[in-house]
Amino acid sequence: MAERCGVVGIGQTKYAAKRIDVSMPGLLREAALRALEDAELGWKDIDALVIGKAPDTFEGCMLPELYLSDALGGTGKPVLRVHTAGSVGGSTACVAASLIEAGIHDRVLTIAYEKQSESNAMWGLTISPPFGVAVVAGAGGFFAPIVRGYMRRSGAPEDTGIRTALKDRQNAHKNPYAHLQIDDVSYDMIKDSPMLWDPIRYLETCPSSDGACALVLARSDLAKKAPRPPAWVRSTAMRSEPTMFAGRDTINPLAGRTAAKDLYAKAGIKNPRNEIDCAEIYVPFSWFEAMWMENLGFAPEGEGWKMVQEGATALGGDMPVNMSGGVLSSNPIGASGMIRFAEAAMQVRSQAGAHQVEGAKTALGHAYGGGSQYFSMWIVSSEIA
Amino acid sequence: MRDVAIVSFAQSNCAKETERNEVEILLPVVAEAVKASGLPRSEIGFTCSGSSDFLQGQPFAFVMALDAVGAWPPIKESHVEQDGAWALYEAWVKLQTGEVDSALVYSFGKSAAGDLAEVLALTLDPYCVAPLWPDADSIAALQARAFLEKTGKTERDLAEVAVRSRRDAKSNPHAVLKGDVTADELLAAPYVSSPLRAHDCPINCDGATAMVIVAGERAKKVVPRPVWIRGIDHRVDPPALGVRDLTRSPSTEIAAGKAGVGRDRIDFAEIYAPYTHQELILKEALGLTGGVTINPSGGALVAHTLMSCGLNRIGDAAARIMAGKGDRAVAHATQGPALQQNLVCVLEGE
Amino acid sequence: MGESIKSVVTPVHLEYDYSAGTATSRFLRGLAKKKIVGGECPSCQRVYVPPRGSCPRCAVPTAREVAVSDHGTVVTFSIVRVPSENLDFALPYACVSVLLDGAGLPFFHVVQRCPLEEVRMGMRVKARWVDDEKLGPTIASIECFVPSGEPDADYETYKEHG
Repeated sequence: MAERCGVVGIGQTKYAAKRIDVSMPGLLREAALRALEDAELGWKDIDALVIGKAPDTFEGCMLPELYLSDALGGTGKPVLRVHTAGSVGGSTACVAASLIEAGIHDRVLTIAYEKQSESNAMWGLTISPPFGVAVVAGAGGFFAPIVRGYMRRSGAPEDTGIRTALKDRQNAHKNPYAHLQIDDVSYDMIKDSPMLWDPIRYLETCPSSDGACALVLARSDLAKKAPRPPAWVRSTAMRSEPTMFAGRDTINPLAGRTAAKDLYAKAGIKNPRNEIDCAEIYVPFSWFEAMWMENLGFAPEGEGWKMVQEGATALGGDMPVNMSGGVLSSNPIGASGMIRFAEAAMQVRSQAGAHQVEGAKTALGHAYGGGSQYFSMWIVSSEIA
Repeated sequence: MRDVAIVSFAQSNCAKETERNEVEILLPVVAEAVKASGLPRSEIGFTCSGSSDFLQGQPFAFVMALDAVGAWPPIKESHVEQDGAWALYEAWVKLQTGEVDSALVYSFGKSAAGDLAEVLALTLDPYCVAPLWPDADSIAALQARAFLEKTGKTERDLAEVAVRSRRDAKSNPHAVLKGDVTADELLAAPYVSSPLRAHDCPINCDGATAMVIVAGERAKKVVPRPVWIRGIDHRVDPPALGVRDLTRSPSTEIAAGKAGVGRDRIDFAEIYAPYTHQELILKEALGLTGGVTINPSGGALVAHTLMSCGLNRIGDAAARIMAGKGDRAVAHATQGPALQQNLVCVLEGE
Repeated sequence: MGESIKSVVTPVHLEYDYSAGTATSRFLRGLAKKKIVGGECPSCQRVYVPPRGSCPRCAVPTAREVAVSDHGTVVTFSIVRVPSENLDFALPYACVSVLLDGAGLPFFHVVQRCPLEEVRMGMRVKARWVDDEKLGPTIASIECFVPSGEPDADYETYKEHG
C-alpha cells in the first residue's frame, strides 16, 4: 500500500423522522460543512467526492449524486457513487479510503445520506417482486425469522433483545445527534411495546430517519498536520455472499466472519476482544448485537448473548458497543454504515463527549446490508501503527 | 502507479430481451469474460459492478446479479450506481492499493424495459426541473440547438454522424442497428424533439458487459496482448443546465488532460455519445483532431445499453487493440443529463 | 409577499416490462398445473425452488428440471403485525420459511388456517392450491400453506436452514 489514510474531519446532521427544514443538498451540506470545519479546510482543499446512499427509490431521485455534486463543491472533480444496500455507508468510506491509500488523491470528502421521508422507505423495502408474493414485510419481516432461528440455535434468554435495546436507547441520551431519545425508557416499556414481526418488538426496532454523515480523509503527511489528531485507518475489509443458496447460514454469515478475520489480520490484531476498545456496529433489530458479537469473533459461537446479559457491551463494560445509541436510535439507511465508521473514529479522537469511552485508542466500525450478505468494516486508531 | 491491463471483455446487446431476465443475460457474459481472462474464478481478487435500480424498476436490483458471478466462498465486492465504466474505475483504484491483483467488472441493464427517456427525467433537479418531466431526448435537444447555433454546424452534419456509425456497425456483431443509409433518407424523418430526429438519438437496448483487469506482469502471462490502461480519470460538471455552456464539455477536457490523451498519437477513439451532436462536442473536448477514427464500433447510436454503454466503449476499444487493429486509443464514458459527468481512459496494447 | 414554499410533492409513475426469465417461467408454468418444479445445479446437485436461473454458489445455469413435493417443513417463521402498503395478506399473519421435501433451500410464503400461536419451527405443512379456474402461471396459484397433520420434523433435519 502506497499511503496511509487518516480521518481528519467528521460531521453529522441531527437525525430526525423528517428533516423538512432542509432540502436534500441542505441536509448534505450540514454534515459536509461540519466535517470541513472540524478539519479546518474549505471546499477547494478537497480533491474528490465519494457519495453513498441506498436505493434511489427512497427519495424518488435517480442518480442523485449528479444533482448534488455542485452543492458539495464537486464541479470539476471526480465523483463516485457507491450503493451496496444497507452496508453502503461503510463501503463508501472504504472506497474513499482506498483513493487515499492508492496515492490517487490527497484529500477526499466522503458523505453518506438518506432523506427517506421524501418517499416511503417501508414501501421501498417491501419488495413486491414481479412473479412473487409480497409476504416479507419490510426489512423486519426478512430478519425476524432469522432472529427466531438464532434464539433456537443458541438457547439465549428471551429478553436478550430487550436488554440490548434498553442499553442503546439509554446511550442515545448521550448523543446530541440521535433521532430517538425516549424519556424514561425502561425494560418494561420495551417489553410491553407492540410486537411487529414476532419475535421483534417496536422498541427493539430501528426508526426511519433522515440524515447525513461526512468524513474528510487525508493522506498521512497532511493528516499529521491537521488541527486535531487524526483517526488512523488501520485496516478495511468488505465481503459479499449471495442472498440465497442451498446451505447458506443466514444467522452467522460466512461473509461477515471472513471480513472480520481479514480486518484483524491486516491490522495486526490477534485478540479482538482485548485489543479493540469499543465498537460501533450495525444493529437495526436489537437481537443482532448478540449475533454480531459471535460473527465478529468477540464471543464464541452460540455465546454472544452472554455479553449482552452480563453487561459487557454497556458503556461501562469491557467491550462497549454502540455508545452513540446505534442504528436503533438513528437510521438514515444510506448513512447508517458511515455513522458507525464515524462514531468509531470519534472515539479514538476523544470527540464523543458524553458517550466517550475513556481512553479508547482502537475502535471498530461495522456495517452490513442486503439479506445479511454485504459486510464492510474498518479499524481506526489514535496510533498509526 | 501500478500498471493495470484489460485482459478480456465480453458483451451482449439486443433490441429487446423478453425471454431472459437480467441474471440470465449476465451469466454467459461473465462466464465468457472470466474464461477468456486465463484466470481461474477463484483467483480474481475483486469484483465491482455498475447498474441502476431506477432503470430496473426494483430497489437493490444489483443484489440478484451476484447469483451470476459465483460469490461463494464470499468475495471482495462492491457496486456503484453508475455506468460500468465507473465500476472499472473503482476496481482500478483497488488494484492500485495493492490489496488485490485482478478484478472482474460487470454491468447490465434493460433499457428497453421502461420508457428510458422518461425515467431519466428523474436525474434532474427534483425541486424545479424534474416535476416538469422533461425527457432525456428533449434535454439533449436543448443542447443540440445551442451547439448548432454556436458552431454553424447543421442537421445534415449530425445526420452524417449517424450514417457513418451505422455503416461502421456492419462489422460489429453486437450492434443492434446497422446498414447503409443516406443523410437524405434520415433527414426525411420527422423530429423527435427538434432539432433531433430518431437517428440522432440512441437506440436503447438490453444487455450486459463484463471485463477482467490484471495488474503487472501477470497480465502478460494470461493473454498474448494485454491492453494497458495508461491513464484514467473522471470529472463532473454542474447539474443546472443554465449554469454551464452546453456546447462544451469541460469535465471531459479536464479528464482527458489528466488521463494523458495528448501525450502521444491516438489511433482511434470510442466515445459514448448517445446523441449525434454530442460526438462532435466530445471529439473537440478530447482534443482529437484531424483524421482520428471515431467509433469504429458504431458507438451508442447503434447499441445503447444504459449502465453498460461506457464500459462497452472501453471494452470495444480494448478488443480492437487486442485484435491488432490499433495500438493506442481513447475510450470515453458519460452519464447524466447533457454530458454532465465524463470518464476518459487511454489504452495501449502490449 | 407570499408564504415561502417548503416542499413540493411530485407524483412519480413509471411503468416497466418485467421478464420472468427462462427459469422462473418454467416454474410458473408448472404452478399452473399444480406442479412445483425446481432447478438442479449440475455442479453441486442442489435443487433450487423457485429456480433462479443460476446457482449462486457455482454460477452455472440450473437447467435440469426436478419435481419437488408440495409438502414441506417450516424452518423458521415470524408473525407479522406491522402494516405496510403493498402486502398481499391481511394482518396479522404467519410469514414462514418453508423447506419443501426435495428442495435444497427454503423460500418465504404464509401459513394460514392455523391459529398463530401454533405456528412453530419444524411444523409440517402442505400447499393449498387455489380453485382450478384460478390456477395460472403465478405464485398466487398457491393460496397459502396449511398444516399437513404429520408429526413435526426433527430439528436436525432442518437446522442448517433456519
